[in-house]
Amino acid sequence: MSRKIRVLIAKPGLDGHDRGAKFVARALRDAGMEVIYTGLRQTPESIVNTAIQEDVDAVGMSILSGAHNTLLPKVVELLKEKGAEDILVFGGGVIPDSDIPFLKENGVQAVFTPGTPSEEFVNFIKENVRKDG
Amino acid sequence: MTIRDEFNKWREGVHGKSVSRFPERKKEFKTSYGETVEPVYCPEEGGSAYLETRGFPGCYPFTRGVQPTMYRGRFWTMRQYAGFGTAEESNKRYKYLLGAGQTGLSVAFDLPTQIGYDSDHPMSDGEVGKVGVAIDSLKDMEILFDGIPLGDVSTSMTINSTASVLLSMYIAVAEKQGFSADKLNGTIQNDILKEYIARGTYRFPPKPSMRLITDIFEFCASNVPKWNTISISGYHIREAGSNAVQEVAFTLADGIAYVEAAIKAGLDVDVFAPRLSFFFNAHNNLLEEVAKFRAARRLWSEVMKNRFKAANPKSQMLRFHTQTAGCTLTAQQPDNNIVRVAIQTLAATLGGTQSLHTNSRDEALALPTEESVRIALRTQQIVAHESGIADTIDPLAGSYFVEALTDSIYAKARKYIERIDELGGMVEAIEKGFVQQEIQDSAYHYQVAVEKGEEVVVGVNKFQMKEEPPTNLLKVDRSIQVSQIAKINDVKSSRDNDAVIRKLAEIKAAAQGSDNLMPKILEAVKVYATLGEIAGTMQEVFGEHKESVVL
Repeated sequence: MSRKIRVLIAKPGLDGHDRGAKFVARALRDAGMEVIYTGLRQTPESIVNTAIQEDVDAVGMSILSGAHNTLLPKVVELLKEKGAEDILVFGGGVIPDSDIPFLKENGVQAVFTPGTPSEEFVNFIKENVRKDG
Repeated sequence: MTIRDEFNKWREGVHGKSVSRFPERKKEFKTSYGETVEPVYCPEEGGSAYLETRGFPGCYPFTRGVQPTMYRGRFWTMRQYAGFGTAEESNKRYKYLLGAGQTGLSVAFDLPTQIGYDSDHPMSDGEVGKVGVAIDSLKDMEILFDGIPLGDVSTSMTINSTASVLLSMYIAVAEKQGFSADKLNGTIQNDILKEYIARGTYRFPPKPSMRLITDIFEFCASNVPKWNTISISGYHIREAGSNAVQEVAFTLADGIAYVEAAIKAGLDVDVFAPRLSFFFNAHNNLLEEVAKFRAARRLWSEVMKNRFKAANPKSQMLRFHTQTAGCTLTAQQPDNNIVRVAIQTLAATLGGTQSLHTNSRDEALALPTEESVRIALRTQQIVAHESGIADTIDPLAGSYFVEALTDSIYAKARKYIERIDELGGMVEAIEKGFVQQEIQDSAYHYQVAVEKGEEVVVGVNKFQMKEEPPTNLLKVDRSIQVSQIAKINDVKSSRDNDAVIRKLAEIKAAAQGSDNLMPKILEAVKVYATLGEIAGTMQEVFGEHKESVVL
């Protein structure tokens, strides 16, 4: 029997808007996944450490402050450094369309902006997480 | 006495006196067909129940408004929240807004400033200048208000955990411009409890944070008497997903906690309570929102009178700022947001707000452009000057529906406050996660209803269309972080560093003891100690707050 998909939902940076992150966390839980939520004000280092310690399959990060171009690629880079590049990375929040190509080039595999139905990110995770579990 | 007798008494007394001191906007207000519009309309029957629960404008329990003339005397203050990038850029935006007819300033600070990190702190990486202006030292504040005489404007600052430092910088800049502190008008948000619940820019744990707040109350009562020392905020509680009752209940429960803390610190309720102000959200449900504002006014006046024995009518008045609901704005078909904001503007003004920020159509996408901000401001001006809603006070009073909702929001919010009292008060209720859980449950259920299509959001889950990605969005350049860091280095190399060390040591000593921190902080900012240095010094004594995660 395969284990449940484990997802870390994180709030990088100083931004305190956590309504979206908490909704995503609950929606993933309702979809049968195991969800760990970090709470606010996480550094890229602490997010990566938690992801590895908790042995998650995916990391989702929510940012509404505009710091996404700095913080999301940093997490991808640190995961790579620690040999954990098989962890799926996705983002969400107030992220202009014009920034999405840059984020994707830098290893963020999907970006979900406001109004995305939960079905969409649930399916994305199910289809894209590593299949070795 | 009948209501008519009471009305006549009010008309000649409270209202008449006010008009003779501050004439109304027009000699006479008229309909399109020449009928005179009265200042207020009230029922012919109903007797004591009406007088106890509704009353007249400017009179207890203030359900119908806090001033005797409301917008017939003066419109609400149109105050657009703004600030981004560097102090220079924000200064330019303020001058633009004042030139466009805005009547007060509202400063948005970036997140490092709100939490007390300098722009060169590792936690600030990527955040500098993003959601507001970056302020590291008095130098930045001098640039921010360059050419804006602080004795002549009123300024609202959205600042909480570091309010003591930013208010000190404001006072220091004003003094340099030649205005003493007692001339200054404005507001600091300074509402830390909602930061733990909903907004997230806390730095220190609740106890020392409450002490900073009461230090500010005390300092301002004698030094900056016209300053609103706190803006107790339901706005962010609503944005986090609460419903209207929860917004009222949790905001007033926060207010009760501040009043209790101040009384415990030895302050006289009638000295500080007149400077308390509130900040609410204006959502789409027009009539429910109007009822919400009326219910909140009634409930607060009763709390102040009965629970805290406040005798000064000014202590019993719930004066509030409103912002239209950011969370109702959609990234899809953003021009639709102009219409939402217009409805919310009506909700706030029919509800009797003292000041209003209207959101811009593009705020679900990025910071607003100048053009979008202008439309938002014009929305308020159209409602004020063209709609006629400002010609009589509390015009929706007497609607069976609005009155019934006013009663039910009042009763349900009161129940919540009783529940919080049973839990040991708001600080306890927050530490236990009760408040956060209640809000999250509402938020979750709402979102599920949207996904099921039970709640319609036009352009999002109904009436969608294919759209080109939006263009012309305002972006904050990353180079701002670099230039801010250069500015900090400049300040640090040109100031008197011995004086800075001395002043920081005095802050530390005051933090360890019980002396009011404000005079010490004011002295430190004047010698150009940075915000990060001052907050860091306080953290050595106070510690740092860690969120208790509730899912």
